Amino acid sequence: MTRDRVLPAALGLGTFTAFILAAEALIRLGFVNRFIVPLPSQVAGAFARVVAEEHVVARFFMTAGEALVAGLLLTAVGISLGALLYRVALLRAACETWIAAMASAPIVLMYPLFLVIFGRSAWTIIMIGFMAGLPPVILKTIEGFAGTRQVLVNVGRSFNLTRGQQFVKILFPAALPTIFVGLRLGLIFALINIVGVEFLINFGGLGQLINDLAERYDLPGTYVAICFVILVSVVFFEVTGRIERWLRPAE
Amino acid sequence: MAATGGIGRAVSGPALAHPVTLVRIAIVAALLLAWEALSQSGWLFRDVVPSLWKIGGALGDLLSSRDYWWHLGWTGFEVGAALLIGGLSGLLAGLVLGGSRFLGRAFEPFLYYLGPTPKIIFFPVMIMWFGVGPGSKIALGAISCFFPVVLSTAAGIRQIDLVLIRVGRSFRANAWQMALKVYLPAMRHPVINGLRLGLGIAIIGTLLAETKLSSRGIGFMIIQAYATFAMPRMYALLITLFVLAIGANALVGRLGGVGKRA
Repeated sequence: MTRDRVLPAALGLGTFTAFILAAEALIRLGFVNRFIVPLPSQVAGAFARVVAEEHVVARFFMTAGEALVAGLLLTAVGISLGALLYRVALLRAACETWIAAMASAPIVLMYPLFLVIFGRSAWTIIMIGFMAGLPPVILKTIEGFAGTRQVLVNVGRSFNLTRGQQFVKILFPAALPTIFVGLRLGLIFALINIVGVEFLINFGGLGQLINDLAERYDLPGTYVAICFVILVSVVFFEVTGRIERWLRPAE
Repeated sequence: MAATGGIGRAVSGPALAHPVTLVRIAIVAALLLAWEALSQSGWLFRDVVPSLWKIGGALGDLLSSRDYWWHLGWTGFEVGAALLIGGLSGLLAGLVLGGSRFLGRAFEPFLYYLGPTPKIIFFPVMIMWFGVGPGSKIALGAISCFFPVVLSTAAGIRQIDLVLIRVGRSFRANAWQMALKVYLPAMRHPVINGLRLGLGIAIIGTLLAETKLSSRGIGFMIIQAYATFAMPRMYALLITLFVLAIGANALVGRLGGVGKRA
């Protein structure tokens, strides 16, 4: 079992290392122009400089803060709208396909419109993140409530619970794992769009850092900043994935 | 995602008198009225929320201008090339990773981690590699498209019913026949779903790149409308873009028969 996991992981890491070494060799030998692709060793050497000089930690917290505000808005608005649509069946039948269509719409391309409305500020970034993450939260909230086992609802009724108590004690806890799946998807969409819009409008945290360094033609620095964004995405993806798995057995 | 509730199916009768249709008409009418009222109120800066008539006029002007179709042609070419490159490479990589459990375990974690990364951050690198012309936009679109296609294809291969594979082998089908008669038909739905996702993300990637640095394409037109504060034109562009993106997505799904019962 351990061998089944270790050998593939070793192959993956080994291939990655071989790729980096091959890139280093090709650039040093002049097969690849070092003014277009920086040496991997230069990129590795630039990490400390970028962290110290470009205030990476502060930028990370700025991006995280924008994602947090977008996440809070998603939680409050998305779950409320999902609960409303679950309760009012006619409204749900009318709107659910629209919300699903909104999920496939290129909302981030509305960023120039948001720039006009909110100005070149964090709110533009937050609102784009919020809008992009909203459809999965609403749809998964509806799915979570609709998927509550009838026996649980009947138990609540047998205890003469009011509609409010039924919601708080039965429906919401039963739907929570599915709602969290939606929140996780929504947060991933929000984070992708937040960093993307930071890069596009040259404002904010890690996304702006990439744009800044690219405009200064600091190639190793640009690659380092890209690595940071990938790292943040990986950590975020992994942490929310673990929370999701932790919530699942409660179903 | 949850399917539309039973109301839509339960109520029969003329389509227009259907309660769901009536609610939809009421919602659209309320939104349009609210928009027009906000536009006339003067609460926001002039033209941030332009009158519906102005947007309609701008939409008409846009659709009748040759300029728009020229830019749309460029965007279509870039998205098409991105889909072709990213989709084909994703399909091939997915076949390899899905076909071998060992290779899948070795390389799929990298794809899962890179998948949710915002691809637009690679645009400076693409500019350095492919220049400021269409090449960098196509490359960004292709990268964006690659991830959903490879992951869907790899998952699709693993979901193929073993009975189908045994039937193919019992007929002594060669590798080519197995691929054409068994594997590809059996994994059509996940592949088409991956292509649908890939198309949507390729459109976003390409257009975002056009808004950042380009002199042609719909993304360029949108950012030009922003720069000149031509708000009715910007709304008109966004409307056409949303209709095209959702339409293209639906078309790919329909071509692949996604949504129909097997």
